[in-house]
Amino acid sequence: MVKVIIDDIEVEVEPGTTILNAARQIGGDVVPPAMCYYSKLQGSGGKCRTCLVEVAAGSTADPRPMPKLVASCSTPVMDGMIVKNKTSERVYDNRAAVTEFLLINHPLDCPICDQAGECHLQDLGFEHGKEGTRYEEKRRTFDPIDIGDKIKLHMNRCILCYRCVYVANQLTDKRVHGIMHRGDHAEISTYIEQAIDNDFSGNVIDVCPVGALTDKTFRFKSRVWFLKPMEASCECTKCAGKAVVWMFGDEIYRVTGRKDKYGEIEDIDGKTAWICNECRFDKKDKSQWNIEGPRVINRHSVIAQNQYLVDERIESKKLN
Amino acid sequence: MESLSNRKKVVSNKKMTFMEKLYLPAILGGMWITFKHLFKKHNTLKYPEVKREFAPVYRGQHVLKRDEEGRENCTACGLCAVACPAEAITMTSEERKKGEENLYREEKYASTYEINMLRCIFCGLCEEACPKEAIFLTDRIVPTYFERNDFIYGKDKLVEPVDQRVDISKRQLTGKRPA
Repeated sequence: MVKVIIDDIEVEVEPGTTILNAARQIGGDVVPPAMCYYSKLQGSGGKCRTCLVEVAAGSTADPRPMPKLVASCSTPVMDGMIVKNKTSERVYDNRAAVTEFLLINHPLDCPICDQAGECHLQDLGFEHGKEGTRYEEKRRTFDPIDIGDKIKLHMNRCILCYRCVYVANQLTDKRVHGIMHRGDHAEISTYIEQAIDNDFSGNVIDVCPVGALTDKTFRFKSRVWFLKPMEASCECTKCAGKAVVWMFGDEIYRVTGRKDKYGEIEDIDGKTAWICNECRFDKKDKSQWNIEGPRVINRHSVIAQNQYLVDERIESKKLN
Repeated sequence: MESLSNRKKVVSNKKMTFMEKLYLPAILGGMWITFKHLFKKHNTLKYPEVKREFAPVYRGQHVLKRDEEGRENCTACGLCAVACPAEAITMTSEERKKGEENLYREEKYASTYEINMLRCIFCGLCEEACPKEAIFLTDRIVPTYFERNDFIYGKDKLVEPVDQRVDISKRQLTGKRPA
C-alpha cells in the first residue's frame, strides 16, 4: 500500500492506482472532474484534460514537484506523493481554460439539448465557465444524423472523449463507428452512415458526457428535471435488467443505466450493469418493469428541483 | 395589567347630554364632511373609461415573444416551469420539421404552452429564468372570467400575433439573449 496526500487528506491505496481513483476513495469535492475517463471502460482517459492536478511532491524518494500539471486519470500514485486539486489556484485556472477550450466548438444550446440537467460539461461550465465566449471564428457545425433508428448523433456537441468508441470496442462484438480525420477535423462517424445495431450499442448514450449521443425515443419528450427517476428491474436474457426508469406520472419516458455520482454505470453483484437495447428502447410500459423505489438524487442536482426529498443524512441514520 | 401600547380605552357608562340625545348635531356634522368631499380631489379612477398608467416593469399578463423575423423564441426548455413557484406553467415540446424554420427559431419548440392564470402569482421568475427572451410579463391585466377553464391560457392567447407586437422594450430584462 502506498500513502498519498490529496488536498491535505491522507489516503492509502494499492500501488498502481491513479490519482483520480485515489481521490475517489476519499470522495467529496477532492475528486477532480473527468469528462473522458470512465472507470468501467479500459483505456479511457487522458483526452479531455479537465482532471489536471498539481503534484507538489513526486514521491518520498524524489520529493521534487512535477513541473507541469498532470492528468490525474492516467498518472499512477507514488508513495509520499502530495497532490493539490482544489487547494491549488493553478489547477483552478487551468481547468477554467480547459473548459473554455472544450466550449470553443460546443454549441450553447442547453435549452434544447436533452442532456441538460445531467450534463458534465454543463456542470463544468457552471463552475469554471466564463459568462461570455472569446471565440470569434465560426464554430464548426454538422447536421444531426441518425445512427441506427434509436440513436441521434449531434456532432456539434461532441467533445471527442472517445468513451463511445471504447463502449463499442469492449461491449459489442463489432465496432462500426469511430473517430474519423485528425485534429480539428476529427469527428465521430459511422462507416458511410452505417447503423449501429448491436444489443449493447445503446450504452454509448449513457457514457456520453455531453448531449452528442442521445436517445431518439426520448428526444425532446421532456426535460430530465420534470421526470422522476425510479430504480427498476426486469427479467432480461441479455443484460442484468437493472435500470433506472424516468417516469412522469405512470408513464415511462426513458430508461437509462444506473449511474453513480461520477456518471458511471454502477456495479451490481460485481458486474457493471450495462443495459441492453431492448430494455433501453423498447420497454416503455410500466408493466414490463418491477419498480423498486425512487432513486436517490443529489439534492443540489437540478433533478431534485421542486421535489420534496428526505435529507440524505436523516435517511442514512434511519438505515443504521 | 398596564397597557403596553398606551392606547387602551376604558369604556365608561357616561349618560348622554340632551344635545347628544337629539343626534341632530352629529348627523349634520357627518353630512357636512360628506359634502366637503364633493369638492376634493378624487383618489379613484373611473375604470375602464380612464386607465391608470403602469410602471414599465409592471408584472401583468404574459406574452410569448417572437423574434424580428416573426419566429417564436420559445424552445420549451422548461426553465420557466421549474422556476415557477406556483407550478402554473406546463408545456410539451416538439422537434421542428423541415420547412418550419420560419415559424420557430430553434430546432425544438413548444407545441403546447399553458399558464394557469389562477395559479400564477405574477412574480416574474419565469421571465427571469428564460434564457431565450421568450416569455415576458406585460402591463396588461388578466381579465376575469366566469369559468375556471378560461383562466388557462394556451399558446393562442400567449404568443404575440406577428402583426400585433407587444412592446416590452422598457422592461429590465431585455437584451440578454446570446447570439
